[in-house]
Amino acid sequence: MSRIAFTLNALKARGEKALVTFITAGDPDLTTSEQLVHSLVESGADLIELGFPFSDPMADGPTIQLSSERALAAGTTLRGVLDLVSRVRQHSNVPIVLMGYYNPVLTYGPAQFARDAAAVGVDGLLLVDLPPEEAEELHPLLTDAGVDLITLLAPTTGAERMAQLAAASEGFLYYVSMTGVTGSQQVDASAITSAVGEIKQISPVPVAVGFGVSTPEDAKSVAAIADAVVVGSALVKLIAEFSGTPRLQSEVQGFVRQLKAAI
Amino acid sequence: MSYQEPDPRGHFGQFGGRYVAETLMPALLELEENYKQCQADPSFQAEFDSYLKNYVGRPSPLYFAERLTEHLGGAKIYLKREDLNHTGAHKVNNTVGQILLARRMGKRKVIAETGAGQHGVATATVAALFGMECDIFMGTEDIRRQSLNVFRMKLLGARVHEVTSGTATLKDAMNDALRYWVTHVRDTFYVIGTVAGPHPYPQMVRDFQSVIGHESKEQLMAAEGLLPDVAVACIGGGSNAMGLFYPFVNDASVRLIGVEAAGLGVETGKHAASISAGRVGVLHGNKTYLLQDDDGQIQHAHSISAGLDYPGVGPEHALLNDLGRAEYVSVTDDEALAAFRMLTEMEGIIPALESAHAIAYLLKLAPELSPEKVILVCLSGRGDKDIHTVAEAMGMDL
Repeated sequence: MSRIAFTLNALKARGEKALVTFITAGDPDLTTSEQLVHSLVESGADLIELGFPFSDPMADGPTIQLSSERALAAGTTLRGVLDLVSRVRQHSNVPIVLMGYYNPVLTYGPAQFARDAAAVGVDGLLLVDLPPEEAEELHPLLTDAGVDLITLLAPTTGAERMAQLAAASEGFLYYVSMTGVTGSQQVDASAITSAVGEIKQISPVPVAVGFGVSTPEDAKSVAAIADAVVVGSALVKLIAEFSGTPRLQSEVQGFVRQLKAAI
Repeated sequence: MSYQEPDPRGHFGQFGGRYVAETLMPALLELEENYKQCQADPSFQAEFDSYLKNYVGRPSPLYFAERLTEHLGGAKIYLKREDLNHTGAHKVNNTVGQILLARRMGKRKVIAETGAGQHGVATATVAALFGMECDIFMGTEDIRRQSLNVFRMKLLGARVHEVTSGTATLKDAMNDALRYWVTHVRDTFYVIGTVAGPHPYPQMVRDFQSVIGHESKEQLMAAEGLLPDVAVACIGGGSNAMGLFYPFVNDASVRLIGVEAAGLGVETGKHAASISAGRVGVLHGNKTYLLQDDDGQIQHAHSISAGLDYPGVGPEHALLNDLGRAEYVSVTDDEALAAFRMLTEMEGIIPALESAHAIAYLLKLAPELSPEKVILVCLSGRGDKDIHTVAEAMGMDL
């Protein structure tokens, strides 16, 4: 069983919800990101999403755009992010999902990427701009390597398409809570209750909800309906605020503990 | 074997496709369905043709550039005068088509990205014509060098959003237009200005722009009784070139030449020659040739012409290149400027800096061909918008 399935199933068996935290790898630098991953895990994150930066993050709001720019300015490459995962794996079994855009993976080489990602201990890959229709050149390679390709569903996804995509999902299903870019609006749990309920009916894997979850209160209301809650922009904003100060790790730990306590 | 691209899922060989966030997928599937219905609907085509004739002023003339031909001492040069269209460029052919489609889909709001501002103006124009809300995304750098077009868009009632991210040019304007579209996709139609983006845009924009090639073919047949030996057009995303080339793709005797912007020179790294110097990648919803580094990060393009200042190219051009059906060459900023002045002084036609790239290549091409050969060139737009840029390059203060 994959680390993602093992972790999420174990939480579910205990009646707990999963906290998924997103940070951009390399913001402000890869060494700090490595420390941040440990802080996240120690404070209660159940699954780590590591963003690998892209020059043109079309689905992201300003917070993650700027974070990607900082990571690129610091010289972050996809290979560097894989090396970071490899170092984290020496101390931790936390499930790790890489998240980003397709072009860096395509340039790395789909076959090489699948091999290297599996070798360092990446559990899943989430590509914002690679719908299942275009995934043929990558998906079989990931499957062979044992890396899950995470499926996204959106509020605009119709019932028929939702059923198709959900049936083929691996690891967990990521429901985008709103029509918008990351971090742009606050999640409205009541507006997504019925959609998430329907998805849980048809999904063979746990359902995570993200985009717009920025406070412990948001996390709590989303956790009431979903199996997992994803927090990204709010964390990235906090990292930007305290980056380079001695308080960085303690601020992040404090925020994640609040999030975990809320769900 | 006749050429039939794209495949049903929008692939031109390995290129094209639909690489977008899930939020946009349903909108693109809906758009594709509606476009298919319009293609099959004679009343849509009649409405499109009527606006092209009575509003845009088509057919645009095919003009024999006699002095330029004599000066270059080779093949006969015919200019397809897209600069004489309403709003001053070929862009309006496509915006008329897309706004008619938007109307049929019941959309009341349109958005567009723009580089040189020609597509922004063409979109704002048809939005005014049909009383629709219009939001245009344009990079800070382009707003600076195309202030005249910015004011035109505002006069036409559009809101112009300044894009400061990244390089603050066309690429970034498209990023922000896509971000806006993700947020407003339920009631907003995205009018993409070139033969790029997710399927069905490359096909749809090509089809709307094909009027350029169809008319040229007919007009040249009437004037000379033959097909051109060569068809030449400038390439940024490549919409005027695709519109010119497409009706000739199955005419094997016609050489098709796309002229990319070499900026300060391809060897300097400061250029926009995506086919000549790029690698296959995915950006803005399609797979194509892109200027990118070894880690798959998109690089800055450079061209004196805002409309060519883009690090990618339409996927169908990428395919035509790989098939060897079209040739892609490049000319520098300086060559384009020289051609700008040459056409202005010799024919009394001030071309857009984009179109000047196509003219510049004639200096190399025309003298190599014998006088009975015919070159068809798309003069995609007029140069009034570029006067300040040209003055600056000439060291003059207006």
